[in-house]
Amino acid sequence: MLPHIPTSPWLRTLYAAYIGAFFLYLALPLAVVSAFAFNDSNFPALPWQGFTLDWFIGNAAPRIGVFNDGAILKAIGTSALVSVWVAGLAVLVATTNAFLFERYAFPLKSVLYVVMLLPLVVPGIILGISILVFSSRIANFAQGELGLRINALRPGLPLVVLGQFSFIATMATLVISARLRKFDRSLEEAALNLGATPWQAIRHVTLPYLMPAMVAAGLVSILMSFENFNTTLMLVGSDAPLTVTMFDRLKQGSTPVLNAVSLLLMAASSLLALLVILFQRGARR
Amino acid sequence: MTASPAIRRITLALLLAPLMLWLGLLVVIPHIDMLLLSFTEKTGVRQYQPGLANYRTFFVEPVYWTIFLRTALMSILATLLTLVIGFPVAYFIAKLARGRSKAFLFLLCLVPFWVSELVRTFGWMILLRETGLVSGALQALGLVSGPVELLYNDAAIMVGLVYTSMLFMVVPLITALDSLDDSFIEAGYDLGGSGWSILREIVIPHAMPGIVSGSIVVFMLSLGNYLTPVLLGGKDSLWFTGAIYTQFITRFNWEQGAAFGMLLLVLSSLIVWLGLKLSGQTLSRTVG
Repeated sequence: MLPHIPTSPWLRTLYAAYIGAFFLYLALPLAVVSAFAFNDSNFPALPWQGFTLDWFIGNAAPRIGVFNDGAILKAIGTSALVSVWVAGLAVLVATTNAFLFERYAFPLKSVLYVVMLLPLVVPGIILGISILVFSSRIANFAQGELGLRINALRPGLPLVVLGQFSFIATMATLVISARLRKFDRSLEEAALNLGATPWQAIRHVTLPYLMPAMVAAGLVSILMSFENFNTTLMLVGSDAPLTVTMFDRLKQGSTPVLNAVSLLLMAASSLLALLVILFQRGARR
Repeated sequence: MTASPAIRRITLALLLAPLMLWLGLLVVIPHIDMLLLSFTEKTGVRQYQPGLANYRTFFVEPVYWTIFLRTALMSILATLLTLVIGFPVAYFIAKLARGRSKAFLFLLCLVPFWVSELVRTFGWMILLRETGLVSGALQALGLVSGPVELLYNDAAIMVGLVYTSMLFMVVPLITALDSLDDSFIEAGYDLGGSGWSILREIVIPHAMPGIVSGSIVVFMLSLGNYLTPVLLGGKDSLWFTGAIYTQFITRFNWEQGAAFGMLLLVLSSLIVWLGLKLSGQTLSRTVG
């Protein structure tokens, strides 16, 4: 079927209806999550009881709105902290990786490149448990043989950061490498001819060129970190990030406060996505 | 750059260090450690010895390999459904939509996936539960007489898995179909082909790389999914990741959990490898 080749009109209508139904299917769950954040009822369910903002600003039980729900606010703070660490580490390592893979030849380069891609095809829960197993072994060894207590190697935020970093770094490396590949090396040579040291040339010519990709990689990392569940679940300690906190509440039975959080999350991730698109567009110039 | 070989070697070492630390300490060694742990049996309190007991348990206890098989089969079904539902949409966006509406529809496909999987699954819970929208709509239409519980069954898990994976199928399909020149399809019509024969002999063979890479990713994501089966399938979701979680967190039997983890990893890697082999692609080209 092509636009200019005659097809029976009812087939064409049927096809258009299917596409319409598909997009309805995509939108429906997100629409209901958003709508029920404003339902004047104690459950995110029918019937519709009228409009309310209680689930955002309410401050009396059972209607504690998001902005007054200490546990949710704390979880958002935890997620933000984790995501900033993950994004910072990921962009740093990804930038050095980009220079390494784009500019240097070394033994086993292609093997290392494939190993670098592996975290994307290992199920998240397996990444989580393998890091849990290994870090606990080191922690047990340190405690048993050396008498050291290393809390950072027990389930908790440092491990969550490392677990998320282990696969988000791959994503960031791909984004930054793609940009470095397009860089015109003669610009660096011009800087060197003008008397710059190699480090100055990179600092003042190459890095500014890479900046849009670094920012985009950082934003994508923040987004992936905020949304990660599988790896985080296996490594989490007493301070739970937002997705884990929401999961625990969902299992207990949900209230529309979760709808309100979800709506805020959707707004925030759309904003981030928009920023990424803008930066990528800037990078194309 | 015109740096001396000594400086170049030092720079190379400095650039290699973060990569090796990352891959060594967070990817390679942890997986080897997990493999070693899975071949360790507990014989008493703080008494361990190497052995195959954890794998023996998996093959002897029907409950475990049943869950494993069930997870694999349902993931295959989810992959097929995602492909069948997504293909017409990808074809529409790649071949029938033009200009602005094409870019808009493509973006529309991406939007749900900027949203956390937890939020998407929550949306399906609101739709499918007994007091949910679908049940309400069915009652309003007079199709059922009372509230119906549509949550906590295999069909609900399937709906969630297909929804969650759709993007990873549609995007590679669009990329593959975009590269198919319209003139091939026109030639097919000129030679007297019907819609079906053109689809079978021109469009699908051309889209094969997209079909394979989409299917690999969807299968892997379904296999490794934990949220969707647990939330939409309820207590009896019987997903293998759930069995791993139970061994690690609830029973604190890490040796058994590590063995389960290895089995899931082997199955997942096998499928990825097989898919790449069958389509003649490499990992670097598919994800890199």
